[in-house]
Amino acid sequence: MTRQGAAWLFVGPALAVIGVFFFLPVLAALALSFTDFDIYALADLANLRVVGLRNYVELLQRSEFWNALGNTLYFVVAGIPISIGASLGMALLLHSRFTRFKPFFRTALFAPVVTTLVASAVVWRYLFNTRYGWLNYALGSLGLPAIDWLGNPHFSMPAIIIFAVWKNFGYNMIILLAGLQAIPEELYEAARIDGASIGRQFLYITLPMLWPMLSMVAILTVAGYFQLFAEPYVMTQGGPLQSTVSVLYLMYDEGFKWWNLGSASSVAFVLFLLMFAVTAVQLRFARAGGAR
Amino acid sequence: MKRFRLSVLVNGLLWAAALVTLFPLLWMLSASLMAPGEAGSSPPPLLPRDPSFANYRELFAHGGMWRYLANSVFLATAATLASLAFNVSAGYAFAKLRFAGREQIFRVLLGALVIPGQVAMVPLFLLLKELRLVNSYGGVIVPALASIFGIFLVRQYARSIPDELLEAARMDGASEYRIFVSVVLPALKPIIVTLGVFTLLGTWNDFMWPLIVLADKELYTLPVALAALSREHVQDDELMMAGSVVTILPVLLVFLSLQRYYLEGLLAGSVKG
Repeated sequence: MTRQGAAWLFVGPALAVIGVFFFLPVLAALALSFTDFDIYALADLANLRVVGLRNYVELLQRSEFWNALGNTLYFVVAGIPISIGASLGMALLLHSRFTRFKPFFRTALFAPVVTTLVASAVVWRYLFNTRYGWLNYALGSLGLPAIDWLGNPHFSMPAIIIFAVWKNFGYNMIILLAGLQAIPEELYEAARIDGASIGRQFLYITLPMLWPMLSMVAILTVAGYFQLFAEPYVMTQGGPLQSTVSVLYLMYDEGFKWWNLGSASSVAFVLFLLMFAVTAVQLRFARAGGAR
Repeated sequence: MKRFRLSVLVNGLLWAAALVTLFPLLWMLSASLMAPGEAGSSPPPLLPRDPSFANYRELFAHGGMWRYLANSVFLATAATLASLAFNVSAGYAFAKLRFAGREQIFRVLLGALVIPGQVAMVPLFLLLKELRLVNSYGGVIVPALASIFGIFLVRQYARSIPDELLEAARMDGASEYRIFVSVVLPALKPIIVTLGVFTLLGTWNDFMWPLIVLADKELYTLPVALAALSREHVQDDELMMAGSVVTILPVLLVFLSLQRYYLEGLLAGSVKG
């Protein structure tokens, strides 16, 4: 057998799987989004019609879509800074030369990341309970009033953000910790000799040196946060008053609850275009920051 | 003196943060041993008055937990082993073997990383329906057989294998398959473990796709079953805590025993990406 042939034997199976079960469906999703594929077409393809951009036009006219988009953007815009802030803060603490029991803390802070999302969401649903949840107990002992976390539409999204930050911050913490460890210690020594405070060391050494990594972390995290689904599915089922229905939740309901598969595909593509646009802006921003 | 205060501050903050991350997990364990209704008092009890495994017994005897656990163990193991076979061989080929279009194909794959997997879900469902794989183990496994991320991870690592090592084996007349098995695989062992742990935890924790593709309760994985149970048993907190423990504990133990490999993979997948 030729070496070229052997190489194809190694790479072919994986490429075939990715081609058939990923690239093909992505292209098919685009095609489907221009049809009225629904439960009737599912039974008999003769019922399928091409409707051009109708799914997209109708989607942009539906208040459910704008509500879901607003909720998703709320989750992304409020959740990302808190999440990355927590990751950076904890990475700095872990990296500090005063820290004892480093391996223990690293594992303890990272543990939520590997827990099963559905299971930890079930636990947190209990912690958020209005009458006997630990969160309201803690608020009460500080003299604050109880909050109906999952039943009040003003607090349902903050509750999901609190849970998501608890679940996710450890991931970026590990990445940023590696970034901190890569900054040469001499820079800090020189700054200390010059009498720079800890705050100024952070601002003039840590932050610029960490910038490329921070922007990469931000790009990956934004992409992840746009895919909000399981948290509201388990904790609030999209409620109360639709306040936690995300774009992906809308796609799931549209596609696999109502079987409007054409319209669900258009939701998926709008989400993709949105994520693509945001990532492009972030990349530009990251480059501009790096060039400073 | 200033150093002492800083040290207290840093360690104090870390203890507080560790309390926040670990408390929900420890409390889940504690509440799973409580009697029905015990967790629903105010203030919430920290420890069970009379610890018992009754909730676990209930779940396994009447809740179908054995079945869900077996489904999860089987699906995660099968998907991990199969995807390792696909990804490791492809990653090695992209790093070390020459074939027409290698760089172009790899660039297309990397570019496709920006497409969220959910975009493919609706047509994938229709495709699997045609293949009669909807509502079967196969429907969960097939899309997980190969991953761009996995191929990328292995390729990065395999590039460090010296070409001379492979050439020497070829001079000795070894076939490409033989070289792969006896030279490449041993050299790739660390990254294979890393990718294996990653895939195992990923498929175990996966929720949205199994939720879509599985209809029969008999086939549910633990996360899908737990989500369904928690909708039925909204008031049975202690029972649901036991279900959460059964779901989380296996992955947590795998992570704790192979932590080094997992964290290395996390860094390799993002820093170099």
